[in-house]
Amino acid sequence: MHEMSLCENIREIIQEQAEKDGFTRVNRVWLEVGPLSCVEPDALRFGFDVVMRGSVAEGASVEITTSPAKARCLTCQQTATVRQRYDPCPLCGAGPMEMIQGDALKISKLEVV
Amino acid sequence: MCGTCGCGEGQVQIDGKHHHGQPREIALERDIMAKNDGYADANRRRFVEDGILALNLVSSPGSGKTEILVKTIEMLSCATPCYVVEGDQQTSNDADRIRATGAPAVQINTGKGCHLDAHMVGHAVDDLGPKPGGIVFIENVGNLVCPAGFDLGEAHKVVVLSITEGEDKPLKYPDMFAAADLALINKADLLPYLDVDIDLMVANARRINPRLVIIQTSAKTGAGMADWLKWIRTAHHLAAAAAAE
Repeated sequence: MHEMSLCENIREIIQEQAEKDGFTRVNRVWLEVGPLSCVEPDALRFGFDVVMRGSVAEGASVEITTSPAKARCLTCQQTATVRQRYDPCPLCGAGPMEMIQGDALKISKLEVV
Repeated sequence: MCGTCGCGEGQVQIDGKHHHGQPREIALERDIMAKNDGYADANRRRFVEDGILALNLVSSPGSGKTEILVKTIEMLSCATPCYVVEGDQQTSNDADRIRATGAPAVQINTGKGCHLDAHMVGHAVDDLGPKPGGIVFIENVGNLVCPAGFDLGEAHKVVVLSITEGEDKPLKYPDMFAAADLALINKADLLPYLDVDIDLMVANARRINPRLVIIQTSAKTGAGMADWLKWIRTAHHLAAAAAAE
């Protein structure tokens, strides 16, 4: 359940931003969670609700966006979209695939009042 | 701050008027791991400047990490000062086992925590005060999931997988095998008693990470330990060379 400690990071970042931008309530939080980021979106949502209690983001809704993972095939050298780390190359059928994108884990934007 | 309601939005103006109570969007693009990564960078700088090799050992509980470390330190410590950061939810059993070899060890108890983070490790390394040119082994909390996502400032993650865990562990827990540079397949002495296909285990690990170096070891019999020590010495030379630059 390292999603809980990630939620604590999110809370800290939002609190910092609230002091900087002078908002007192967060309605919505958009998170970008890459498919290879070692994070389970459902666990993150669960942790979010619990950890945000008592902060400016208490009761805020969470939108999780995921951009596809990209990998380079070491056999055909082409770049392709993959779903999991052990997928074979969707272009040549071989592999192995070396991941080049998909581990993003960030707060993209906030809707605040 | 807004003088009308104290909402803290007094500085926001739209068309010259105080913008009040209307939801607005703020683009952030802030990395959630940034704080940990900042501490990890500081740890890494310190290790590089002092020519210290730092290795982060990760595995599920019971793979034999501590036993490997005990044997490794006994084989290494005449030539190189070794230090250990031990991570467990509870007890100081592992640090006690390491200290019995004569190597300094600090035990971090994470309580309910499932991983070590770079901030904890920085403090533990302060307590250890490793000499320049030494080796710091960080034995992470036994967990094949969460520690994969946390950079501690180490030069390499080393994943330990015991053969009793089955061939498909790399496929079931791919993040850890993707993050590691070296895999030790431990308890190899048990192979004659098991139905495990070790070639398939190796192939599965390479499906996740084509560049993974894999060494079969038995901390109990000593098999493969010479190859593991050779790998450590090479990495240690590279750390010394980086410090000299």
